[in-house]
Amino acid sequence: MVVRYIVILAVVAALLPIAVPWLGFVFTLAVGIGLAALGVAMLLRGGLISIGHALYFAVGAYAVAFLMRDAGVHDLLVLFAGATIITAAVGFLVGAFMVRYRAIFFAMLNLAISMVFFTLLSKLYYVTGGTDGLAVATPTVLGMQLSRGAFDVVMQNAALILMVAAALLIDRYLKSPLGEALGAIHTNEVRLEYLGVSARGVIWAAYTVSAGLAGLGGAITAVTIGHVVPELSYWTVSGQLVLVAVLGGIGGVPGAFIGAFFLELVRTFAVGIAGEVWNAIIGISLLIVIFFLPEGLYGLIQRLERRRTNPK
Amino acid sequence: MIANYLPLIVDGLADAALIFFVAVGLTLVFSVVRILNVAHGSFYAFGAYLSVVIGTIFAGRGWPLLSLTALVISPLLVALAFGPLIERTLLRWTYGRPEALQILVTFGLFLVLEDLQKLVFGVQPYSQDLPMQLLGTSRIGGIVYLNYQLLLIVLALVVGVSLRLLLKKSRIGKSISAVVADEELARTIGIDAPRVFMLAFSVGVFLAALGGALASPTIGVAPGLGAEIIVLAFAVAAIGGLGQIEGAALASILIGFTRVAAIYFAPEFQPVVPYLVMVAVLIVRPYGLFGSIGLRRI
Repeated sequence: MVVRYIVILAVVAALLPIAVPWLGFVFTLAVGIGLAALGVAMLLRGGLISIGHALYFAVGAYAVAFLMRDAGVHDLLVLFAGATIITAAVGFLVGAFMVRYRAIFFAMLNLAISMVFFTLLSKLYYVTGGTDGLAVATPTVLGMQLSRGAFDVVMQNAALILMVAAALLIDRYLKSPLGEALGAIHTNEVRLEYLGVSARGVIWAAYTVSAGLAGLGGAITAVTIGHVVPELSYWTVSGQLVLVAVLGGIGGVPGAFIGAFFLELVRTFAVGIAGEVWNAIIGISLLIVIFFLPEGLYGLIQRLERRRTNPK
Repeated sequence: MIANYLPLIVDGLADAALIFFVAVGLTLVFSVVRILNVAHGSFYAFGAYLSVVIGTIFAGRGWPLLSLTALVISPLLVALAFGPLIERTLLRWTYGRPEALQILVTFGLFLVLEDLQKLVFGVQPYSQDLPMQLLGTSRIGGIVYLNYQLLLIVLALVVGVSLRLLLKKSRIGKSISAVVADEELARTIGIDAPRVFMLAFSVGVFLAALGGALASPTIGVAPGLGAEIIVLAFAVAAIGGLGQIEGAALASILIGFTRVAAIYFAPEFQPVVPYLVMVAVLIVRPYGLFGSIGLRRI
């Protein structure tokens, strides 16, 4: 079921831009946000809310900028791999502290660390470009230097392929014993420990993976926009990521991506029609989803699907 | 010796006072309603905008002294307009639900309030430093201080002490403490818990808006103000221990002084200081300097 939904989403997202070219850009950004939101959704399964995951989103984005500027790396795939590994490593280190915290304290510590990072990004002008941020040049693809137009098309499809690959991998992970244990932390952590499973180990693994996902999302965003700014790590971005995860639904991997595509499309249309109130529109749709669709958009799709396959 | 550091101390305490109003509101709401209110900063912003607008109207009519009253009128208006309404509708629904959901509901509220604020007040920055000019300056030991700063310090003391007295001595305060300690038991002896929640939340909104109103003469009021102040309030509340009034007071002083010290010695790193302190405290004492694990009291 997961495979089907994610492939349908990818195929639609690949075909639509042929008719409406500017949608390609919107969809690429949606994949970037969706990957980060998937990381947040994983933690939410364990009952852990991070209002600081924009940290990893920004680490991934800045990793791309630094790898290009300081390490002379220009190939798209190497950049993505590098950014993901660097971010996962940061997540691994920070996670060593995070595993001790639950509930509100987990949320607060994540927030605090992301805000430290945000202010450092804004203030260390000679390293990070300060509030101006850093420009990200168009990377090469497998050694070929493409024009911006051709690169954008390649990037769109690469993002969608990454989305499908990440979705399948994370789906396998969530259905493995390590992933199932994550849900058990939410329901009964003590019982999990009695089973001989280390709750901290389970969270540490999930935290590292979720950081890596957010980093990849940030890398895609950096390359697509061509510029990185400190605001990528601001707490409102973290809030948006949680919002996307819950809007889409944390019951399954496709949820995060459905939420991201929904958010980006609403944002795109709202800016055209009612630019001043698009945040309010997003906020109200979030409240509606929380009140009436506790399982998110993906939960709604699943419910409709069940009704279709076995009508009462 | 002390005289040399007096300006630093006054600056630090005035800064602490401004953070204290908003942080103590956040911590009060958390201790009673058990919700970490992400939209708390938006009330601060509304308070700031409204007091600038009302103050400017009074000044325009030729009653400059009345613009001082705007500093109190506007938080009252904000608290009356938002407090009961939001508690009765949105928050009441989230009681007893998972924390992730509660935080998200207030985040949704934050997004809505941010845009509402832009619709009402526009996106251009406002400034109104009339209250600061009206109060003038005083000279202590050869150094000139703004009376407004001194007023802030006194007001913070008054608010802190009266909040404590209200909770300890008054009937309604005792009801609040009872509900915090054990809601079920409080209900059985006839305390109207829903009313207590509404009242406590509205007082929290008032304190946030009061912080914004009092800060408005010292800053430019522009979009993004609420988002900025809420993380600072989180930091202070977390350092002091969520739900601890005295903790919030001491954490405000700590943050106020470290911020001012940073401005004197390494100005470009002033914004990072509160969060560094927050990380340090949370790693050593996750429940904050004054928080405790099991015990619930206010």
